[in-house]
Amino acid sequence: MDSRRGSRFVIDPKIRQVGFVPAGCESENPNASSAVAAIANVDVNPTSDSPSPVMIPPRLADPLPRAAPLPVPSPPPRKHTSVEIPLQGSYNPTDSVLGTSPPFSPASNGRYAGVPSSEGPDLSPSFVSRASSAMEGMSLREDHLGSPSASRFATVGEYAMFKQQQPQQPATAVTKVYASSLPQEPVQSFAPVGKEDSSKPLKERTTKAERRAKQEADREAKRIAKESAGAKVVEGEARASSNVVGKASRAQSQKKDSASEKRLSAVEKASEKEKKKEIPAPRMQFDDQSRVAKAKKRALIEQTETKHRVELFRHLPQFVYGAQLPSLEAKFFHDDAMHPHPAVYQVGLQYLTGDITGGNARCIAMLSAFKELIKDYCTPRERTLIRDLTARVNNNVSFLTTCRPLCISMGNAIRFLKTRIAKLQLTLSESDAKSLIIAEIDRFMQEKINYADNEITKLAVTKIKDGDVILTYGSSCVVETIILHAFSLGKKFRVVIVDSRPKLEGKGLLRRLLGRGISCTYSHINAVTYIIQEVNKVFLGASSILSNGTVYSRVGSASVAMVANAFHVPVMICCETYKFHERVQLDSICFNELDALVKIPGRKGLSELEGWSQSSHLKLLNLMYDVMPADYVSMIITELGMVPPTSVPVILREYRKDPIL
Amino acid sequence: MVAPTLDAQAAVNDFIYKLKRRQVEGSLVTARLTAVLLRQVISQQRLASSAPAATLIETVKSVGLRIIAANPIELTVGNVVRRVLHIIREEEASLELKSLADVNNTILSDDEESEDASSFSAAVVAAANRNVLRAPSLHNLLESLPSSVTATCNASSGGESECKSKSGEKNSKVWRLKHSVIEGINELLQEIDSYHAQVAEQALQHIHHNEVIMTCGRSHAVLQFLLEAKKKRTFEVFVAEGAPRYQGQTLAKELADANLQTTLIADAAVFALISRVNMVVVGAHAVMADGGVMVPVGLHMIALAARRHTIPFVVLAGLHKLCPQYPQNPYIFMNDMKSPSDIIDFSDISDCLDGGIGSPSLQTVNPTFDFVPPDLVSLLITDIGGHTPSYVYRIVAEYYSAEDFVLR
Repeated sequence: MDSRRGSRFVIDPKIRQVGFVPAGCESENPNASSAVAAIANVDVNPTSDSPSPVMIPPRLADPLPRAAPLPVPSPPPRKHTSVEIPLQGSYNPTDSVLGTSPPFSPASNGRYAGVPSSEGPDLSPSFVSRASSAMEGMSLREDHLGSPSASRFATVGEYAMFKQQQPQQPATAVTKVYASSLPQEPVQSFAPVGKEDSSKPLKERTTKAERRAKQEADREAKRIAKESAGAKVVEGEARASSNVVGKASRAQSQKKDSASEKRLSAVEKASEKEKKKEIPAPRMQFDDQSRVAKAKKRALIEQTETKHRVELFRHLPQFVYGAQLPSLEAKFFHDDAMHPHPAVYQVGLQYLTGDITGGNARCIAMLSAFKELIKDYCTPRERTLIRDLTARVNNNVSFLTTCRPLCISMGNAIRFLKTRIAKLQLTLSESDAKSLIIAEIDRFMQEKINYADNEITKLAVTKIKDGDVILTYGSSCVVETIILHAFSLGKKFRVVIVDSRPKLEGKGLLRRLLGRGISCTYSHINAVTYIIQEVNKVFLGASSILSNGTVYSRVGSASVAMVANAFHVPVMICCETYKFHERVQLDSICFNELDALVKIPGRKGLSELEGWSQSSHLKLLNLMYDVMPADYVSMIITELGMVPPTSVPVILREYRKDPIL
Repeated sequence: MVAPTLDAQAAVNDFIYKLKRRQVEGSLVTARLTAVLLRQVISQQRLASSAPAATLIETVKSVGLRIIAANPIELTVGNVVRRVLHIIREEEASLELKSLADVNNTILSDDEESEDASSFSAAVVAAANRNVLRAPSLHNLLESLPSSVTATCNASSGGESECKSKSGEKNSKVWRLKHSVIEGINELLQEIDSYHAQVAEQALQHIHHNEVIMTCGRSHAVLQFLLEAKKKRTFEVFVAEGAPRYQGQTLAKELADANLQTTLIADAAVFALISRVNMVVVGAHAVMADGGVMVPVGLHMIALAARRHTIPFVVLAGLHKLCPQYPQNPYIFMNDMKSPSDIIDFSDISDCLDGGIGSPSLQTVNPTFDFVPPDLVSLLITDIGGHTPSYVYRIVAEYYSAEDFVLR
């Protein structure tokens, strides 16, 4: 793992080293160093005229640091922006928006900081606490971080001024480009709220040198911290609570307690997080007896296991569907601390009953509920908003998880939210902090979901021509928008909707399309080999796209894609980039969601399964998702453009570091 | 054209009616009923003493064409008709052979050292052999016979038997033909009935311990096959439901009742689970001459998934499902479209369809069968053993007369 990550970091510094390199860089272990530096960049004193003590004037033509990262050839476009083009001041339109566009990556790396867990909103409550305990271990180490560099720029603008005061740094212009070139992302231009840089202190950027220097300091501090604070302290406390931030600071409190410390802990954690980023985070494996026992102890409620668990899926939770509601109520409504916010409770019930389905809809519903939660939130006495709010969010997330396992897009959204909370300045007043977070959530929903959908629609509509026969499977809201848009443009095409048990979601789509006056053909998945012969394009939605290019989506999509592939029909996946995930997966068995398979909607008189549970040999298995191998996918349509599945890891790497996620 | 008798006519009409209304379904039942019907037709048919076999063939053909037209999708009807025709032709040939042998015997007894006659008889026997046993043995191939000789021999034998036979003998010959044809049909019926057992017997050759088998929908042959294997082996079965009939649920219940570890999955989950499966076993609706199979809808998808994971796709089929035709666009011409109500309830969408001009239209597609091309089929298990799809044309040649491939 380390070696793999090593090469990763070796590539990255190439852009970050925009011409200045701290002395002593040679002696460093290149691993993770740049990440730390990048993260630390926030902590530069805005008021001081001179650079922070560790700052080293840049050496433009220093061969050493550049030679070091070279073992892996870097993609040409990056090289060219980072070194040769003297960008001046503003957005350079020649930069492509697509995967290769480099300007974001250097500075944005730092902004990835503070992400609490690589898996984000974990799929089980138990996992939350496990992950958090891991984080605590890391957070311990930054106790000794020097405060000289701990103060920060309030705004990017200030920061820019600071840079101008240092004319000896020729690369400043480049750095400024990074900051000001943001509008090329939809992020900035669309943002309805929080557009002002001054409202987002988290977005400051620093030069390479500063980051380098900071990282140096960090490393030193870490070393000292490691010696002084034993890991045992952490371990002891690790299991007790699921509150990441609160825990971390408690461990620290023996030594220092200060606002800057708090910030630093997030920063430090993030750097560790960065290191771990590519290690697939451990998921709760339900076939691990001891862990399951542990998880049960910690579990919010007692869930009834289904009577006959499918052997192949012992590693996944197989609970009786819907049985959790009474115990949920008992647990959450009699324990004041655990009480979910009414809005969250409502959303949770909607998940449970299946009223809200689909990645985007669930995500939006959840974020809206969290907005309500934050609006109504007030910090209890003797607590800080950051810690308490994170704890509150964690509680609510675990409530939602109990209702229905989170999907990956929700995981990403929660990860985003927690990052935002963790990055809040402690100096902010409560109302400011709340409005800031709410603004961020709004921005996320707008940019990552709404505008992304608009972009995808615009792109995908160009692929629909007169006379086309388009096939879609199940119900994907993006595909629906695309069809409606193409129809409103007056294109003449036919729509084939393929549907299947257990959800029969295509029926809803069919109704909506018919309601808009679009003629459709409806069929079930078994007939797809029949109908595919008259189809010439397949549009599918996705729940998530994993970094090996496999598409994780509603069960059956893989079959449809396979058949389309066998009949040489192009398969286009429409998916917003916020649903991308770093995880890799080869089959649909290692990770999935199970549901009940007892009712057959739309058919009466089938009573074969009545009393199925009497037979100890009969098991029902109802997978919710499956994994479509990348070679069935002709094209993925994202808001960033139309890319092949091989570009997914590139997008993840280049764009996931941006401030949104 | 020879019309069947009145009684038989009524039975034929009744059967046609049932076929048209799809009241008779399932290839096994249809095959059985067809054979029984043809037996009735033959037994009630009055045969002229001259060329009784030709009359029989004519009758069966005329009835056969009508019942085939009643449900052209049910290919077993045509298969059984062809099998019966083949039986008639075979019996005719063997009777001829027998009468020839009699003639030879008389000739030999009359004139012991007639060289001509002996060479004659050898040639005639060879020709008759060729006629009876379709399979060309090396001996038969080498025994090339000038056509003139056969012609004279036929003529002479005909003339000789004619002059020898009295009216009683003639009647007995007609009776013997009818009798042996009916015997043949009874054998065919027996074959159809015992096909499940015959196929199931081979189960142990293909299923070992701890295997995971996948199947889809419900096929009686598959059920028997798995139950037979269950007697000796422990294994696990994944059953896909098989929309829109969901008969997989029935099969799953039956298998579980037989203490077989069974997991019922949705059709959509087939691709997700097939990587953990060792073998796919399905029942066929019909086997085409090129080795492709008509199967219940959904199995083409499973076959594709199986190929992706190089999992053997095994098809169980009786000989009565063997069609001499080659598939020509089987998805269209050999398929049946079922009622849309199987897949969507009209009340679900009735409010969206007001039927006015310009209002959107909805098509539903609910085919009955899939065609799995031969390259996706790993093995074909029939009652006479396992075969590769490429061998099917040879079995077809063995069980059907080439004259009957296309019925006219």
